Amino acid sequence: MALTKRIIPCIDVDLDDEGNAAVYTGVNFEDLAYTGDPVEMAKKYNQAGADEFVFLDITASAEGRETMLDTVSAVADEVFIPLTVGGGIRTREDVKETLRAGADKVSINTGALERPELITDGARAFGNQCIVISVDARRRYDEAGEHYVDVDGESCWFECTVKGGREGTGVDVVSWAEEAEERGAGELFVNSIDADGTKDGYDIPLTKAVCDAVSTPVIASSGCGGPEDAYEVFTEAGADAALAASIFHFDEYSIDEVKRYLDDHDVPVRL
Amino acid sequence: MNARQTAAEVVVVDYGLGNLRSVTRGLERAGAEIRLSDDPGDFASADGIVLPGVGAFSEGMDNAGPFREALIEQAEAGTPLFGICLGMQMLLTTSEEAEREGQGDVEGLDLVPGKNVRFRGDLKVPHMGWNELDVQRDHRLVDGVDGEYAYFVHSYYAEPEDSEAVVATTDYGAEFASIVANERGNVFGTQFHPEKSGETGLRILRNFVDICVEG
Repeated sequence: MALTKRIIPCIDVDLDDEGNAAVYTGVNFEDLAYTGDPVEMAKKYNQAGADEFVFLDITASAEGRETMLDTVSAVADEVFIPLTVGGGIRTREDVKETLRAGADKVSINTGALERPELITDGARAFGNQCIVISVDARRRYDEAGEHYVDVDGESCWFECTVKGGREGTGVDVVSWAEEAEERGAGELFVNSIDADGTKDGYDIPLTKAVCDAVSTPVIASSGCGGPEDAYEVFTEAGADAALAASIFHFDEYSIDEVKRYLDDHDVPVRL
Repeated sequence: MNARQTAAEVVVVDYGLGNLRSVTRGLERAGAEIRLSDDPGDFASADGIVLPGVGAFSEGMDNAGPFREALIEQAEAGTPLFGICLGMQMLLTTSEEAEREGQGDVEGLDLVPGKNVRFRGDLKVPHMGWNELDVQRDHRLVDGVDGEYAYFVHSYYAEPEDSEAVVATTDYGAEFASIVANERGNVFGTQFHPEKSGETGLRILRNFVDICVEG
């Protein structure tokens, strides 16, 4: 056997009406449905064979952040698998307090685009393995990019966006992935604004473009509708891990079902 | 008998870096009483010592400098000493990582003679994720974990001089030593993170606590 492909449930954590951390899941881009208690969900997914967890803090407030860190600690005390925490991490101090709370890795998006030295600093201070660079990519079909791929006969490039895809940055995702790796990122977390919420499968050209450009492990995200999509992103794009949220949260598939499908199709997984 | 008399007292060496929360909670779950300590004076009374570690070899050895003599002394006295990840690499004699950084004279604890080397060939480095343990020889630390998966994050691995020091191997491009131990058996280490390896990891931590209790 060899290194296995990872299946990672992702949990978006916000505050409920009483100020407690709660998991919400996006449905059709906008509406958020209350999904459960973060610690209970983490325990459930751990039982079900999750290889890691990703927690995204979507509170975007100072008090939310504090509650979030308490939640991270509560999860880290219960569940003994790797925990990645993202959302609003802008400074070295943010990285430090998130790791101290019990995260094994931090996922940084906007904060690194604004100040790429945060990657270098963070990797040097805490180790490459705990710095995950996250991108929210969207396809562009104009001449402004640096790396082009053919998608259905059309040439496109991928742009890093911020604010949930509402704002472009002009930065080419593939160039940024190369820079992030150079600066010491230990892993890349690739989200697709185009595929997000569609359940039509991961953005294969995007994931493949990043996997081909770097040797750092790549987590594919956005668009997973079932086991076949995970199979496709592992075998066609070369991803190291596949992340999904709603298919697990709404019990459309269990983690075990996805893994058994992969195992049946000769993709190495931890069963 | 109350729990206090039977629980193993384990010192986790705290050299000011990294996330010690998971390893501490994992050991507590396994039945140990934990003392986080940066005082080598605490080592002698412990039933076992855990040397955690993340980051680079030469920095790790720098940070472990004040504990060096006390760790070697306890290892020689027969106290169980458990190195995790970089902590395991620090049990060896030297590392290519320090050489690459022009610090070839940085010496490990030399409790398991050998060298840490970097993965070669066309492999993604770091080796990150879940991989299988192939137990090579008996050691109480690996009771019940042959063929199970553990969580790894590393770019270097141990190459002990004595092949008997290899307790378990894992396949990443080639077989490498994922668990090592000294000849006497009281000094050992895992390249992977037991505190992040789910039930398999907790089993290893329980095995360690049993070793500490039984001596």
